[in-house]
Amino acid sequence: MINSIFYNISEALKSLWRNRAMSVASVASVAASLFVLGIVLSIILNINNFALTAQRQFDNIQVFLVDDMKVEDVTSLKRKVENIEGVKAVEFESKDMAMRKFKVRWGEDAYLLEGIENPLQNSMIIELSSLKQADFVVAGIKDDPFIESISYYKDIIDKMLTISKVISTAGLAIILLLSTISLFIIANTIKIALYARKREINIMKYIGATNWFIRWPFVIEGVILGATGAIISLAAVFGLYSLVFSKLGIQTAAIIGAYLIPIQVIFSNMTVIFIAMGVGIGILGSLVSLRRYLNV
Amino acid sequence: MIRFENVSKVYKGDKKALDDINIDIKKGEFVFLVGSSGAGKSTFIKLLLKEEAPTTGSITINDMETTKISKRKIPKLRRSMGVVFQDFRLLPNKTVYENIAFAMEITGNKAKDIRRKVPTILSMVGLSDKAKSYPSELSGGEQQRVGIARAIINNPSLLIADEPTGNLDPTNSTDIMNLLKDINNRGTTVLVATHAKDQVDKMLQRVIALDKGKKVRDEQRGLYCCD
Repeated sequence: MINSIFYNISEALKSLWRNRAMSVASVASVAASLFVLGIVLSIILNINNFALTAQRQFDNIQVFLVDDMKVEDVTSLKRKVENIEGVKAVEFESKDMAMRKFKVRWGEDAYLLEGIENPLQNSMIIELSSLKQADFVVAGIKDDPFIESISYYKDIIDKMLTISKVISTAGLAIILLLSTISLFIIANTIKIALYARKREINIMKYIGATNWFIRWPFVIEGVILGATGAIISLAAVFGLYSLVFSKLGIQTAAIIGAYLIPIQVIFSNMTVIFIAMGVGIGILGSLVSLRRYLNV
Repeated sequence: MIRFENVSKVYKGDKKALDDINIDIKKGEFVFLVGSSGAGKSTFIKLLLKEEAPTTGSITINDMETTKISKRKIPKLRRSMGVVFQDFRLLPNKTVYENIAFAMEITGNKAKDIRRKVPTILSMVGLSDKAKSYPSELSGGEQQRVGIARAIINNPSLLIADEPTGNLDPTNSTDIMNLLKDINNRGTTVLVATHAKDQVDKMLQRVIALDKGKKVRDEQRGLYCCD
């Protein structure tokens, strides 16, 4: 048993070395396709994560109002909005209130805001009972003369989800294509290895070797090729991801960095998926090219 | 030992390689299968090895109807026979010793048994001093001895030799035939497909003659040809 494991592994390694150019090509193709998979996967996961987090945080509509409004106008608009179905609460925020909030947020740097004319707008925050009602609520108020603009996140969230869907579909297509190419290249590498050992296999068959006895070294060869490709691609994706994470995390901390999934979370899953895929492609490639040779 | 019953083999393109063959070979026999090229000798051996299946008829080897066994059992069937080829089919990158040991490794023997048995077989075929040589360093006759050693190392009950002397000079041919006869004398059934007339006539063993796929003659102590 131990003997045959050593035999299989040493045969596989010898053969990989003998056809090293093809071995490198196979590893590179697996690594490349899994690298693309890694990037696509990272993007999809992050967009989904962003969309979900955003959905939970921004289940409201922000309405910006014209500058010169009388108190009665505000009150009547507020009442009107409150009566629309799906609205949970309405809160008015004057431009002065907004400025004060701003100053608090800026803390020590608030003196920078002194002396400039308040550029902020009066606004109203409409809290919704559900984000799904956003379209309906917006339709009810968008023609009001006091309303200058409406900003609501459903748009963005919808867009994000659409983008994520497009990326998922396109990514899946690309991954499928690249996986097929890797499979083909691995199958070819194994085929060359097989061709070199055609005579040996023929003799083995006549002596009474079982198909699996002949298969093992080639399957192990495929596993080594696939797993090596997977590890290389993981390293590449890891490097790229941590680079992007650190850049975005520092420079735009509040906006994007907070929504990025930490590298450990992504990679705990990706490692398993990638190695499984690499090994799977390797085994499949071997078995595909072996099929014809074993019918003696 | 070997029984062919109404065996016919038709290849694609209507070429009838074997036509209604009935043969019975008993355990311990030494049999020559003779005939010119294309007479059906190769097909006969391919059917024995289950490399091809007969179009009709049944083949029984060691009380096992091989025409009925599944593909998965082919390795087991082949382990009950040893095969010697005209072109030797040795592995060029392995030494004589390794070539023979290879046959034992494939069939899952213990390293200890391999170390014990290979030298015995090597001395039996007279190649003890060539154990570390590579096939390319050997003469044709010596290479064929390695081929025979490999074929019998797993103690097959049947030894099939397909033109074993086809690439050898007369002296080496005689030696190889004598070696095959020695193996036969130890109880192994031996089937030799050949068109080496001199060898067949010298040995005076059972001769089965094929011509255009038909069995035309089957006689004990026969000659290559009758005329």
